Amino acid sequence: MPFGDNIISIRGLKNQFGSQVIHDHLDLDVKRGEVLGIVGGSGTGKSVLLRTITGLNKQREGQIKVFGKDLSQMSDMKRREYETRWGVLFQDGALFSSLTVGQNIQVPIKEHLKLPKKLMDDIASLKLGLVGLPNEAGSKYPSELSGGMRKRAGLARALALDPEIVFLDEPTAGLDPIGAAAFDELILSLKHTLGLTVFMVTHDLDSLHAICDRIAVLAEKRVITVGTMDEMMRFDHPWVREYFHGPRARAALSAKGHGG
Amino acid sequence: MSGDQQAAGLDVSLQGDAMTIRATGDWVVGALARIDQQLRDLRVRQGVSAEIDVSDLDRADTTGAWLLERTRQALAFQGSVEIKGAAPALQQLMTQVGEAFDQSESEAPRTLSLIASVNGLGASIVHAGQEFANLLGFTGRVVGTMGLWVIKPLRIRLTPIVYHMEQVGLNAVPIIALISILIGAVLAFLGSDLMAEFGAQVFVVNLVSFAFLREFGVLLTAIMIAGRSGSAFTAQIGSMKGREEIDAMSVLGLDYVELLVVPRVIAMVICLPMLTFLSDIMGLLGGGIVLYSMEGMSPATYLTRLENVTELRHFNVGMIKSFFFAAAISIIGCYQGLKVEGSAESVGNRTTLSVVEAIFTVIVLDALFAIYFIEIDY
Repeated sequence: MPFGDNIISIRGLKNQFGSQVIHDHLDLDVKRGEVLGIVGGSGTGKSVLLRTITGLNKQREGQIKVFGKDLSQMSDMKRREYETRWGVLFQDGALFSSLTVGQNIQVPIKEHLKLPKKLMDDIASLKLGLVGLPNEAGSKYPSELSGGMRKRAGLARALALDPEIVFLDEPTAGLDPIGAAAFDELILSLKHTLGLTVFMVTHDLDSLHAICDRIAVLAEKRVITVGTMDEMMRFDHPWVREYFHGPRARAALSAKGHGG
Repeated sequence: MSGDQQAAGLDVSLQGDAMTIRATGDWVVGALARIDQQLRDLRVRQGVSAEIDVSDLDRADTTGAWLLERTRQALAFQGSVEIKGAAPALQQLMTQVGEAFDQSESEAPRTLSLIASVNGLGASIVHAGQEFANLLGFTGRVVGTMGLWVIKPLRIRLTPIVYHMEQVGLNAVPIIALISILIGAVLAFLGSDLMAEFGAQVFVVNLVSFAFLREFGVLLTAIMIAGRSGSAFTAQIGSMKGREEIDAMSVLGLDYVELLVVPRVIAMVICLPMLTFLSDIMGLLGGGIVLYSMEGMSPATYLTRLENVTELRHFNVGMIKSFFFAAAISIIGCYQGLKVEGSAESVGNRTTLSVVEAIFTVIVLDALFAIYFIEIDY
């Protein structure tokens, strides 16, 4: 399926904390409408990359363009407009613990739009339905939900303003295989129905096989390769070989072959 | 280590350039201290050809295998070495320990402890200076955000302010009242006792009024509230930070300073002076009770004396100080909360640090105010 233009474009990114350089000369393009999986060993800065793109972390050098615009050069007002066009799902959901799920979903809506209460309630119910949560979940507090439900609730909040890009930070971490597969399917169906672009940091080989259009490998402080799963399997680099041809990878591949 | 262990033995013989090293017995960690030293002392010459004979070796654990491997590497470096009589299991163990041992320096080079102490002291001072600068910056950010509320009053979020006023102010009333009565009583008690020596009991009222209104009421309340609410702010905000709720706010376009910090600061700045006022009253009450029971001073007399000796300026000084103390406690509490890393341990550490820093700052401010007010004769 042909994908659109580059919705995110990173050039020459350098991230450094104190004397530790995490990324150097990192380039990456994310195409509109694709599901891009970001993989890398522990400590290669996958989450740092996600945080830098969304503006939570300031890079030392380099340029990041989202929707064709360099957001760091903008005033706060203009930035906010663009920031409503993406949503972020943090690990474990990062729901506000003192609010119910329904109120959580309404936070971004209240913040950016002026809508009547009834409509906002309806939108929250809609989002709950979209992520496969029952309506009753809306009146529950995050502490009353299971891990899988919390992630879905977090996703619902990330989708509250109908963003074009959704950032996922290890979405299937800690989920049982059934829950993880269900989450993969959810992302896939949302991508088709909403036309989402998905930037997914993950370790989950099953997710990578099942739903990622392309995969970017983070190693040696930059993206050493980007491509489809087939291209990953053929890429000649020791870490990449071990990742995609190791015992777990082969199991995931055969699971996929068996109608997974 | 079992009792039927064979003694570990080492035999080194040198003939010209040919060295033979014989290992015998059980080379297990408990028995290797002496052998280790012998092997370290081995002088290996350039061009030596060596043979390590382990055919009489009964057993070797990882340490024993390591000693052999280390020696082998040292000999291989200078010349040639051959291992004779090693079982495959031993060979594999030697290879494994050889790979596993990290030759790099695991500890930083040790400096003389005196230099290290001075270094550490210097680093702490620099760090404290940076922290102070960061705190000032954060204070600026908070004040700036409050300024935003002055310009755009529609943004003011009344609900969190009122909520925190209840937590910080209303819920603290019983405890503040209680400790103030007690300290006021103690003050009157001690003062009375002291002044009896000079026959000056009549001046106890001056003491209680002056000391409580100017110093004790303010300090007591501030310290209690720092422990009670300052730590609560740090723990609340710190837990949120650990769960990435602060980040979630940022990506949703919310300013966490505006939502979390400013309401808390405003609530405390309103409530602490009120609590100080309560503390003053209760302290004077406590003093009165003691004077009534000890000196038999009637309430009417006490009140009249109070009215005569108390100057409004003492009360004003206390109130002014409490305003600044409130700002310090709440800002430090929120600042430390935002610095929490993510573990439960970090929340605990930051909470402790927050209380200590807040109380320390309050006392330093108190001293500075004391000097200031004396200088301007107030």
